Amino acid sequence: MTSSTIALTVEAKTIISRRTVIIGAAFAALVSSMPTLADELAIEREQVELVAPPFVHTHEQATKQKPKIIAFRMETQEKEIVIDEQGTKLRAMTFNGSIPGPMMVVHEGDYLELTLVNPATNTTPHNIDFHAATGGLGGGELTLINPGEQVVLRWKATRPGVFVYHCAPGGLMTPWHVVSGMSGAVMVLPRDGLKDGDGRPLHYDRIYYIGENDFYVPRDEKGKFKSYGSPAESFGDTSDVTRTLIPTHVVFNGRAGALTGKHALTAKVGETVLIVHSQANRDSRPHLIGGHGDYVWETGKFSNRPETDLETWLIRGGSAGAALYTFRQPGIYVYLTHNLIEAVQLGATAHFKVEGKWDDDLMKQVRPPEPIAASK
Amino acid sequence: MLFLKFRLPIAVALAAPITCSAAMLALPTVKMIEPELIALKAGQVIYPPAGDFTRSGKPISAPPKTVYFARGLRIMKRQVTQAEYWKCVEDRGCPSAVLPGPASADKPMVGVSWRDADAYAIWYSGKAGKRYRLPADEEWAFAAGSRFRDEGWPAVDNTDPAQRWLARYESEFADEPIDKTPRAVGGFGANENGLLDIAGNVWEWTDTCFIRIRIDDAGEQTARTTNCGVRVVEGRHRTYMTDFIRDALSGGCAVGKPPANLGFRLVRGD
Repeated sequence: MTSSTIALTVEAKTIISRRTVIIGAAFAALVSSMPTLADELAIEREQVELVAPPFVHTHEQATKQKPKIIAFRMETQEKEIVIDEQGTKLRAMTFNGSIPGPMMVVHEGDYLELTLVNPATNTTPHNIDFHAATGGLGGGELTLINPGEQVVLRWKATRPGVFVYHCAPGGLMTPWHVVSGMSGAVMVLPRDGLKDGDGRPLHYDRIYYIGENDFYVPRDEKGKFKSYGSPAESFGDTSDVTRTLIPTHVVFNGRAGALTGKHALTAKVGETVLIVHSQANRDSRPHLIGGHGDYVWETGKFSNRPETDLETWLIRGGSAGAALYTFRQPGIYVYLTHNLIEAVQLGATAHFKVEGKWDDDLMKQVRPPEPIAASK
Repeated sequence: MLFLKFRLPIAVALAAPITCSAAMLALPTVKMIEPELIALKAGQVIYPPAGDFTRSGKPISAPPKTVYFARGLRIMKRQVTQAEYWKCVEDRGCPSAVLPGPASADKPMVGVSWRDADAYAIWYSGKAGKRYRLPADEEWAFAAGSRFRDEGWPAVDNTDPAQRWLARYESEFADEPIDKTPRAVGGFGANENGLLDIAGNVWEWTDTCFIRIRIDDAGEQTARTTNCGVRVVEGRHRTYMTDFIRDALSGGCAVGKPPANLGFRLVRGD
């Protein structure tokens, strides 16, 4: 380890311990005035188990129920993960052990209640900033917890759309936690479901959640990717790499190849798929090779008219978007960021495996490759 | 960065392979140790030849072909090693390459293009005073024996272009993922002919060009196009690579599974 790395490591630990003191004080003040949740809101409450992306927990697309509290529990997990086929390791920080964190689905007018847990085995404080929530730094201000603590936050879902959530412990910690994997998405559905631009209902047969991450893995003097004993040890070098703004990896769902091969996404011809794509830190340009975005909420907010027939759409860093597509032809589709260098060399590629019957009317190889015919 | 030091500028790396000249042969000789050759007895191989085949406009699996090797075949027992290739680089017979560490006499040379491998064959022939070359696809199939695998095109409805594609995707990903780190020579064992590391995690360049063959309903060849800018690569499955590619990488528009590493072995050419 170089001397500069040691210095930065020590600094990271200092930040952590200073923050610990601050949180401790904030909590002492909060606890005394905090009423119990049950007293506060006498409406129905539903506890929902989260599932790891690209899958999404069961939910109604439109609902006739009255608004209720939808309760989720998530554990922050710090762990070493492999992010490419070469075995490159990352000291990841995660929501619920997955990158991205699981998607939470509620309806407009519902209350999202999250129990956020920071197990004692972790080494740093974590919190959560919901872009869909109003006030309190998206909840970040009220959720900062040390290892060994948990916190319960409730917020009202007032705006329909797909939104990013991420860890934001403050200062240099925020970008570091985010590029270490701590982001996910919330989907707030309109109570009567999705609509096209003319108010006609839209529905999906399948939903997939793709979270894109840019990773910044330090290299040693020989150019090989380094690995570290703990998140704190990786902090100094990683910060130096993030400062270049040049990621070493741009991947979907935490790893190059996470959504290809045996893990390819599946669909059938005639099925409609909603693809939710989030990027908490950096712009991306999803594109489905051989397909389109039939209806795309590029900025992710369902009160806006969806765009139609898109070839490529932009996910602004710090946002989520949603694209609805009905598959019309079988085969392998590549879903990637149409910065092809990042897709092919840095990893941001997923595959859809679509079963069904080929439609010659949509496409036909009229003549196979053959020697060039003599011109008339 | 230090690890880039050994890389030639791209323009040089992509230039035509450096050919062996009489002057080079007169240079102080590099100490040559001839690699162990396996002498395969006369025999035959029935195999689906490399290339794209269509019958009456529809893709088909290559019709099996029988090839006789009346004089047998002499082929390297193992793949060319890093140390061997590096002698060629130092002798200016081969383009430079990226090595993970000191050139090892016990590790296969990987990260080489067809052009690099061909340059090595020419340089080595000059040094050895005997002709060595890359094997033809059928020679590789003959030597690989039971470890030979073609592209794995499954027999499916050929009027639906998506079915072959889906089935192939399934079969390529049916294998367990393999560690890309090359093993020491012999790490993947020997086949029934005594050849080491066939179909391990190092794919091997062949000399065979990519061809497209059209067959009519009667089974007669009606057209053929050849592209020698793309060569057949053999290993766990057969694939085709542009001749200047050194690392097949992964992802992107090519949805198949690419070779983990690109290396080679030579055959005696006479």
